Amino acid sequence: MKPILTTDKAVEGIGDGATLMVAGFMGCGNAFTLIDALVNKGAKNLNLITSDTAYPDVGVGRLICQNRAATLTASHIGTNPFSGQKMNSGELKVTLVPQGTFAERIRAKGAGLGGVLTPTGIGTAVEEGKQKLSLQGKDYLLELPLGADFAFIKAEIADKYGNAFLPGATKNMAVVMAMAADHVILEAEKIVEPGELDPDKVTIPGIFVSALVRSTLPASNVQLKA
Amino acid sequence: MDPKELKRVRMVKRIAQEFPDGALVNLGIGMPTMVANYIPEGRTILLQSENGFTGLGPAAQKGRENQSIVNAGGQAVTIVPGGAFFDSAMSFAIIRGGHVDYTVLGGLEVDMEGNLANYMIPGKMVPGMGGAMDLVAGAKNVIVAMEHVSKNGAPKILKKCSLPLTAKGEVDLIVTDMAFIRVTKKGLVLEEIAEDTTVEEVIKATEAPLHIAGKLGRF
Repeated sequence: MKPILTTDKAVEGIGDGATLMVAGFMGCGNAFTLIDALVNKGAKNLNLITSDTAYPDVGVGRLICQNRAATLTASHIGTNPFSGQKMNSGELKVTLVPQGTFAERIRAKGAGLGGVLTPTGIGTAVEEGKQKLSLQGKDYLLELPLGADFAFIKAEIADKYGNAFLPGATKNMAVVMAMAADHVILEAEKIVEPGELDPDKVTIPGIFVSALVRSTLPASNVQLKA
Repeated sequence: MDPKELKRVRMVKRIAQEFPDGALVNLGIGMPTMVANYIPEGRTILLQSENGFTGLGPAAQKGRENQSIVNAGGQAVTIVPGGAFFDSAMSFAIIRGGHVDYTVLGGLEVDMEGNLANYMIPGKMVPGMGGAMDLVAGAKNVIVAMEHVSKNGAPKILKKCSLPLTAKGEVDLIVTDMAFIRVTKKGLVLEEIAEDTTVEEVIKATEAPLHIAGKLGRF
């Protein structure tokens, strides 16, 4: 059984300078409660790894706007203007990674692989400083594994062993990030007894999860555009 | 509809005719998304949303948004019957593995070698490439949908791209408000022109040399 922690307790160990992965895509699937607790705790100089920086006041975007990150590894920052501003002013060191490469580098870390060979980025600025291999007539870039000290994952339902169900498009980077971080903190809307979550409905096996937290904030990532 | 919008509709209608029944298609944010509205009757395509599903449907109705279903632009959308959700590693395996039949993206510049620049303008616009590099490198057919010239009238179809590339030599088709151009080993082939333009006008608005197809179509 995994410990069920208060939000404050769950983020207590995330010190200044920690490397943190936050699952989610444009806020969809961000662990809103954990992010709020981390903002309140005041951790700074974080090395943030997240697919995008959502919107200024939404989910992971708050860590950027409240100056909590020193470095950012992401695939897209265009929807949060503060990310670009801080990158240009030098406050935030940004590494942009193609989204498929981002997912695969994280998966490589979790899967014990030494790296991945991808054709994505060949002939572009992405190949700078990377080893290039030509195999069977095709060029590939060697992309290295990406891991973290902590990962924030959001689930709809988790059982007390940490097995979790992530609905719809909230799975995004959560599955690979759960494999690649030393401490995986999983926020769930509902925590149930072992046996109550059908093993066939498990998106993330509990073996990857370090601790559980109950959601206290509703997800509100969706941008209501006309 | 204003003239600019009419031209856009003509462009996306033309692109929509390219997909065979049952094709798996990924549409970029913005104008490419409009293509879904003009699929010819009797054909069904399956749309992929790179954040994690096939069966991307229309925008969600106001008040009926599901916080777990958004498109790659973060907009609340729906999933159609027959759709499937998956994680990002699977989604990009679908993309990079050559399982997406067509991708339609916007372009800042395209050149005669099929190079595409559409993700950044150094010093001005640096949003990140998102999934664009994987899509252009991995999809079986890459269609660039864009205005033929820039806002100040400069050609966007060039001999050589000047902006940072999204991918090298991956573009198959360029469809603009003026022309339908195929990228081939011998260069760019002008196959069709819009009904309100001439070959001379298209050549004038294009920096790269164009081969004119023997049987020139109109759209």
